[in-house]
Amino acid sequence: MAPLLEIRNLTVTFDTAAGPFKAVDGIDISVSAREVLAIVGESGSGKSVAMLAVMGLLPDTATVTADLMRFDGQDMLPMSDREKRQIIGREITIIFQEPMASLNPCFTVGFQIEEVLRGILGMSAREARARAVELFASVGIPEPEERLRSFPHQLSGGQCQRVMIAIAIACNPKLLIADEPTTALDVTIQKQILDLLVDLQEKHGMALIIITHDMGVVAETADRVVVQYQGRKMEEADVLSLFESPKTAYTRALLSALPEHATGGRLSTVSDFMVSHQGEEA
Amino acid sequence: MAAPEIVIEGRDITRDYTVRAGLFGASRKIHAVNGVNFAVERGKTLAIVGESGCGKSTLARIITLIDPATSGTLLIEGKPVDIAHERMTKALRATVQIVFQNPYGSLNPRQKVGDMLMESLILNTDASAPERRERAMAMLTKVDLLPEHFNRYPHMFSGGQRQRIAIARALMLNPRLLVLDEPVSALDLSVQAQVLNLLRDLQDEFNLTYVFISHDLSVVRYLADEVMVMLNGEVVESGSRDALFSDPQHAYTRKLFAATPVTDVGAIRARLARRAAASAGQKVEGHDSHG
Repeated sequence: MAPLLEIRNLTVTFDTAAGPFKAVDGIDISVSAREVLAIVGESGSGKSVAMLAVMGLLPDTATVTADLMRFDGQDMLPMSDREKRQIIGREITIIFQEPMASLNPCFTVGFQIEEVLRGILGMSAREARARAVELFASVGIPEPEERLRSFPHQLSGGQCQRVMIAIAIACNPKLLIADEPTTALDVTIQKQILDLLVDLQEKHGMALIIITHDMGVVAETADRVVVQYQGRKMEEADVLSLFESPKTAYTRALLSALPEHATGGRLSTVSDFMVSHQGEEA
Repeated sequence: MAAPEIVIEGRDITRDYTVRAGLFGASRKIHAVNGVNFAVERGKTLAIVGESGCGKSTLARIITLIDPATSGTLLIEGKPVDIAHERMTKALRATVQIVFQNPYGSLNPRQKVGDMLMESLILNTDASAPERRERAMAMLTKVDLLPEHFNRYPHMFSGGQRQRIAIARALMLNPRLLVLDEPVSALDLSVQAQVLNLLRDLQDEFNLTYVFISHDLSVVRYLADEVMVMLNGEVVESGSRDALFSDPQHAYTRKLFAATPVTDVGAIRARLARRAAASAGQKVEGHDSHG
């Protein structure tokens, strides 16, 4: 079966005062329908930039090139912005790390979800209201009718993230990208949100890409994992083999840096690996 | 050998905040910290675990002598301390220091690293300028930074390096007690490992006592000797790390454990099996509905 999203040799270069900077350097990513892919890496690994490039959300200073970018059988590279918008925001949606910052503080959350339903799906106000209640209920927001009248600041971080998820699944997307969806949340709320994402993914048969730096989140959600480091793909494996027998030294270093994997005294760090790795290359 | 020395002890510590409901509304009291008891021995680490709003950072501010407690007694090295009614002394300030969560916010962007380290010496000691400089340089190398970092500004450092600067600054007065308020939660995994290693080394070297605030149980398990779990301003469970991790008693502690992601292969295998079963179930259902 052809993958839902297939990207080959994606490169993103930023123009900076110090000259061009390659944030993503020739990455291949593919995700199949009904699959949960985790992209894991530390800050600066280009994990978010790669997905923002697909969504067309990068600033003008970024240059995006790829040999292939295909979604659901359609080649996205030659598309005009107008054509792209048929896909982005409908078939591919994204949620971000800071739910409070992603919502507009000046409007009720109800207005913000109904805006999507009316604007993109062309629903009437009445239909949109009914569907919004349904969506809020499906992401586990209690008293959805009352909550529609709330402003973002009246909701907790976890509730805001649920609102974001409700907006993201409003158009029944084929692919949901979650960029560090739980980093700002408490651990019990994190668990609820991750369970919700995987639950919705299974129920709606979406594909889900989770971008994270947290190996725990990877272990709890992913089918397949891409490990990125400094703009390059270090390793790609199904989740079990990644944790069972990591192939690259970098993944091993990441796993042994987990506090729960500490054996007695010290934690190993990635710089331990970098020294030996440079030795290997020389 | 003498009985273990208690560096810090809290008895029935309570902190209330008064919140006014609107302009004319009646004010109401919130117990941010409610009747908390604890004691930490020299050279040991007490971890305070809880989620946002549980009062752990309020407690950290009370222990660090930033805010006074509304009621209760705080004893530092056996002596009661009451900053609400007595002047804060320089000696006391040198006893307890704190490292905050966000090293991007806790370092003054316009101050050079060296000046930052020397400032507490100027304020709290009589050290001469050359001596201050020498001590700051020595501290830089202690936290694995380099002497040439002395004249740089915070923006020139990565998150992990900044947190090391914050740790160095906290250690300049040779405190007995260091309060660490989520010191690694803003850091990448591998950088987190470096900072945790550093904290361990420093504790061994200076026989430091830590009060470690965290919501991350895997970090707590790595660093703590004693653990205290807080919920809504109250301690729901406390005990030695091994006892608490092997046999959590309170329902909330168990809930925290259940929510913490596990990375062992057995758990992943079990999750994948559940997932396969669920999707197989769905397919069968789908098949039935077609047939």
